[in-house]
Amino acid sequence: MLRVMLIRLVSVVPVLLGISIISFFVIRMIPGDVISSIMGENFGDPQVEAEMRRYFGLDMPMHSQFLHWFGGLLQGDLGTSMRSGQPVLTEIMDRFPATLLLAVSALVVSVLISIPFAVVSAVKRNGILDAGSRLTSLIGLSLPNFWLGILLVYVFSVSLGWLPSQGWGDGEGGFADLRYLILPAVTLGASLAAISMRMTRSSLLEVLNQDYVRTARAKGLAEAVVVTRHALRNSLIPVVTVLGIQAGALLGGTVVVEQVFSWPGLGTMVIRGISQRDYPVVQGTLLFLALFYVVVNLLVDLIYVYLDPRLRSGH
Amino acid sequence: MVTEIAPAVAPPPVARHGGRPHLLRVILKDRIGAVGVVIVVVMTLAAVFAPVLAPYDPTAMSSQRLAPPSGTFLLGADEAGRDLLSRALYGARTSLTVSLIVVFCAGVIGVVLGLLAGFYRGVLDGVITPAMDVLFSFPTLLLALAVVAARGPGTENLILALVIVFIPSFARIVRGTALSVSKEPYVESGHAIGLSHARIIFKYVLPNSVAPIAVQFTTSLAYAILIEASLGYLGLGVQPPQPSWGSMLSSGKAFMELSLWPSLVPGICIMITVLGFNLLGDTFRDALDPRLRGRSGR
Repeated sequence: MLRVMLIRLVSVVPVLLGISIISFFVIRMIPGDVISSIMGENFGDPQVEAEMRRYFGLDMPMHSQFLHWFGGLLQGDLGTSMRSGQPVLTEIMDRFPATLLLAVSALVVSVLISIPFAVVSAVKRNGILDAGSRLTSLIGLSLPNFWLGILLVYVFSVSLGWLPSQGWGDGEGGFADLRYLILPAVTLGASLAAISMRMTRSSLLEVLNQDYVRTARAKGLAEAVVVTRHALRNSLIPVVTVLGIQAGALLGGTVVVEQVFSWPGLGTMVIRGISQRDYPVVQGTLLFLALFYVVVNLLVDLIYVYLDPRLRSGH
Repeated sequence: MVTEIAPAVAPPPVARHGGRPHLLRVILKDRIGAVGVVIVVVMTLAAVFAPVLAPYDPTAMSSQRLAPPSGTFLLGADEAGRDLLSRALYGARTSLTVSLIVVFCAGVIGVVLGLLAGFYRGVLDGVITPAMDVLFSFPTLLLALAVVAARGPGTENLILALVIVFIPSFARIVRGTALSVSKEPYVESGHAIGLSHARIIFKYVLPNSVAPIAVQFTTSLAYAILIEASLGYLGLGVQPPQPSWGSMLSSGKAFMELSLWPSLVPGICIMITVLGFNLLGDTFRDALDPRLRGRSGR
């Protein structure tokens, strides 16, 4: 098992390298270059320009720029925000808890919705409930999550006035109470639930056809025990993988959903960075999110190996 | 998509009477598939004939700001007094054009890369596959954001960003089938009787990839429409005044307390269109590849 895990760990290295190369070139892909787009109206003063070029290290040849940047990266230096003057890593760490809170809550919401529906759907296959939840999940898969968010805001904030429509509390940067979390988490969790419901259902259907399920039934176990103990447990293995893949949709989703609810996380930060042309912030945040995604997937794979003894031998 | 779960049960034997039944007939026989076809056809017609169907110029403003639906504005007006119906029709045009261009380009590039990697293997595979894996390891929307962040918002950059995002899944699928097909005895005999590589690729490898490519194409279209809308909502997609569903929603949200129509119309359009492509994709999957039947969760 250790060997399998080590191989998986090593396989991450090229991906990490690739991600940092892409992130590095994000800034270099800017038409013209960073300096001319930051300088704006001051453009044309060659002295200022040369000064800034040196400051951002753009006077060096490309490969030493990369090495310089990569070296900083290894020490956790993601550069400095051009607007606030703060280290990008500090800004990321300030806002990461908000994004993580939202993502984890959304995951919880999605599990709470998807598993019961999937079980009912699979057990009562082709019944009315099955058709209903399948249709619901297909619709959930097709509606853009930010639109769902807008509709929820309309119903629960604008019309009913039950829940706040944006922010997360007192304006001091502190998390005031749970009510601020409900709408964003449901918005993000619902679209996730649609996908995991479909996956859990089909994987459960497959498992329910297995011999050991027949054996369990034959030896007289109650149907509820067969479904929960024997079938559901085994059908969750592929679902765990789906959740890992979903982590990407989750992180991308937070960017949009945070924008809908003015949630003070990394998503709103990256969008603000793009509109303010604060390149180090954009680069750093995207890199951070991509790394986070890779780490989550790595963890999921390791959990997978742990859950499924067949994988421990390395096949 | 995640279909890599090994089938636990043997696929049901497929009855074949004189070859494959006509694809369209199979899809239309499935009621759900037929709904998908209808939605896609209607939306495509709406997009193509937007200039004829739209009662107004989608950018023409009027004094009737946020007007509710009426005889003048069938679906109401937005915050600048523009007709929502006309804007939704032109929005369909934007959304479908962008998505089609993106998925087509990504499909062609992805198929070529996948063939090179899977058929020729060796160094090409060693370069292409890790590159695709790295692109794949970026969350989709973040990758698109990275490209748009660097190149600036706008239609061309949006298309570029989305093409990059969609290439890896096509490349992966085609590489997979190319790898397995090239081990088949009939390919070996093709080599033995001296067929050219091009001939082998077009005669044996590509036909075997058609089913998964078609499924990927349809589901990618659904996904492309969603991402296009998301980027439009974030203000990073097609730029105003050209109407796009995503940007209509973002301005609609700002005036939600005064009128819900500007937030409803584009959202419903997106949902129905994406649903149509998803239904079509699911049915495609079942019709083209019976082995995958029942695994889509439908």
